[in-house]
Amino acid sequence: MQKAASFILDLELTEKLSLNSQYVLMKFRGVEQFPPIKPGQFAQIRIDGSPTTYLRRPFSINFVDTELNELWILVQIVGDGTKALSKAQVGTQINMILPLGNGFSMPLSNERVLLIGGGVGVAPLLMLGKVLHDQEIPVTFLLGARSASDLLELDLFAEYGMVFTTTEDGSKGEKGYVTQHSLLNTDVFRKIYTCGPKPMMQAVSNYAKHHGIDCEVSLENTMACGIGVCLCCVENTREGHVCVCKDGPVFNTNVLRW
Amino acid sequence: MVDQKVYLKGLELRNPVITASGTFGFGEEFTDFMDLSRIGCIVVKGTTIRHREGNPYPRMAETASGMLNAVGLQNKGVKYFAENIYPRIKDFDTNVLVNVSGSTIEDYVDTAEIIQQLDQIPAIELNISCPNVKQGGMTFGTTTKGASQVVEAVRKVYKKHLMVKLTPNVTDITEIARAVEAAGADSVSLINTLLGMAINAEKRRPVLSTVTGGLSGACVKPIALRMVWQTANAVKIPVIGLGGISSAEDAIEFLLAGASAIQVGTANFIDPAITPKIAAGIVDYCERHGFKSVRELTGALIIDGDGTDCRR
Ligand SMILES: Cc1cc2nc3c(=O)[nH]c(=O)nc-3n(C[C@H](O)[C@H](O)[C@H](O)COP(=O)(O)OP(=O)(O)OC[C@H]3O[C@@H](n4cnc5c(N)ncnc54)[C@H](O)[C@@H]3O)c2cc1C
Ligand SMILES: Cc1cc2nc3c(=O)[nH]c(=O)nc-3n(C[C@H](O)[C@H](O)[C@H](O)COP(=O)(O)O)c2cc1C
Ligand code: FES
Repeated sequence: MQKAASFILDLELTEKLSLNSQYVLMKFRGVEQFPPIKPGQFAQIRIDGSPTTYLRRPFSINFVDTELNELWILVQIVGDGTKALSKAQVGTQINMILPLGNGFSMPLSNERVLLIGGGVGVAPLLMLGKVLHDQEIPVTFLLGARSASDLLELDLFAEYGMVFTTTEDGSKGEKGYVTQHSLLNTDVFRKIYTCGPKPMMQAVSNYAKHHGIDCEVSLENTMACGIGVCLCCVENTREGHVCVCKDGPVFNTNVLRW
Repeated sequence: MVDQKVYLKGLELRNPVITASGTFGFGEEFTDFMDLSRIGCIVVKGTTIRHREGNPYPRMAETASGMLNAVGLQNKGVKYFAENIYPRIKDFDTNVLVNVSGSTIEDYVDTAEIIQQLDQIPAIELNISCPNVKQGGMTFGTTTKGASQVVEAVRKVYKKHLMVKLTPNVTDITEIARAVEAAGADSVSLINTLLGMAINAEKRRPVLSTVTGGLSGACVKPIALRMVWQTANAVKIPVIGLGGISSAEDAIEFLLAGASAIQVGTANFIDPAITPKIAAGIVDYCERHGFKSVRELTGALIIDGDGTDCRR
């Protein structure tokens, strides 16, 4: 299969929305039309102004607005790199390599699909939800977070499907983890897509396996190059060590050793 | 017009910029970002006689201005390379070199013989310096005896250009360089990564699965530059300088210190289009300083006084 091209682009930061103290939604505009981008693909962003950040940082593409020629990145501030990125001024040019990785695969039929996200792992699910919705596939989102204020972009998700939530402190939706949500006992899905903390994805994967549901997960192994050359980001799959950046980040759980 | 050509004993490069093994894949991964015909040579990933799965994840730790890696020579083996990868990359408009690694002398010899059959691979880079494998690798490169044994053995069977890559994890790199020169190496490249370590204090655990790993990137440049200068003063064969090169200026420093060509490694991760920029920057420097050929830069360092006090 011929891989679609990736590009090194300087994109202008046009808007920055603080979603809460930890999360920032950053919108970028391209001079030219963006290359085709699939849900689940990511960008390697160069972060200037942080002396401790030497390598690029990978971020999922949260959304692409083709009309405005806008690309969104949802950033959780966890360390120096993400902090410096979140402080970039509107109007600055940010250097990115994109699109990278394989992205989610589309379901084979038009039956119901479930998109499960936890924390900043919801990022790639917004674009995935839109693309599925555009193809008239009924989408259900199950989004989990620590508390209500960490549930991100809920109004946007609601445009593309039904939204269910869980919070660990019970401040919104059902109390507990996504895998404890009652929806999973009542409804039937043909396919599950998930992205979030590894223990969450593993629990989702077990649920899917137990119910014979096809399941795709998006992994976040630490990366150096992001383009499949350094072999640092490997996941030990049933096919041996494969690069999460190039052969992933999305994997069908039946190839993982989970 | 600056003459950019570089000649390394039977190997002609259109310019002195080479990509370092393990940081440039098989070149294919970079064609979206740059034109391979703008650089002198690419060195593909370390290749061994048999398939190697490499070390467990995590294999990478970022450090101040650099990174540690513990990939452990993951590769599909030389036969797979010859049958599946070589046909895809042999017609690249640049020189393609294979980096050869092994755990025993026989492994090195067998791998070199297979690569020798591949018409469009004009040279190998013998990696006697990988810090990330338990046996062989760096252990050959850390003694003059080990280094000359493996180079001699490969030299017997390998007739094309034989470049030998040296490890900096030794007391005196010039001794090893002289030993491999005497054993028949056509050139030496240095440095491979420096052995290092990273700890996650919160977790009270090492970051890398192998505890220690190889340090590369901008932070190693001063050490690499010193070693290249020492080595260039110690051997007659061409020296290829690398270690932390991230700009044309860095590259020029290595040439002035005595390197005939340079390699770019970790910097490819930060800017996959950096190598043609470095090549262009070298030309620009030559023009500004009145050098007619990049070959004139090699060893053109001016040391005021005689410098002997600090040479050793
Ligand atoms: C394919 C992919 C997609 C991603 N998408 C997003 C996204 O859409 N939004 C977002 O906010 N983050 C995303 N991440 C995670 C993001 O890359 C890291 O949070 C970021 O690199 C941390 O950089 P830092 O300098 O702020 O933190 P550092 O100082 O480097 O590290 C701070 C903490 O973050 C952890 N960390 C560092 N790198 C990673 C990593 N690659 N993955 C997970 N944890 C890491 C460290 O272990 C440490 O505990 C993604 C990662 C991958 C691999
Ligand atoms: C991820 C990674 C993988 C590497 N793999 C190899 C290898 O297979 N063979 C080899 O000789 N050197 C390997 N190296 C070492 C580099 O070729 C180079 O010697 C070193 O990184 C120093 O140069 P730099 O600072 O420009 O990266 C590797 C380096 C990195 C960072
Ligand atoms: S990050 Fe380099 S191969 Fe995936």
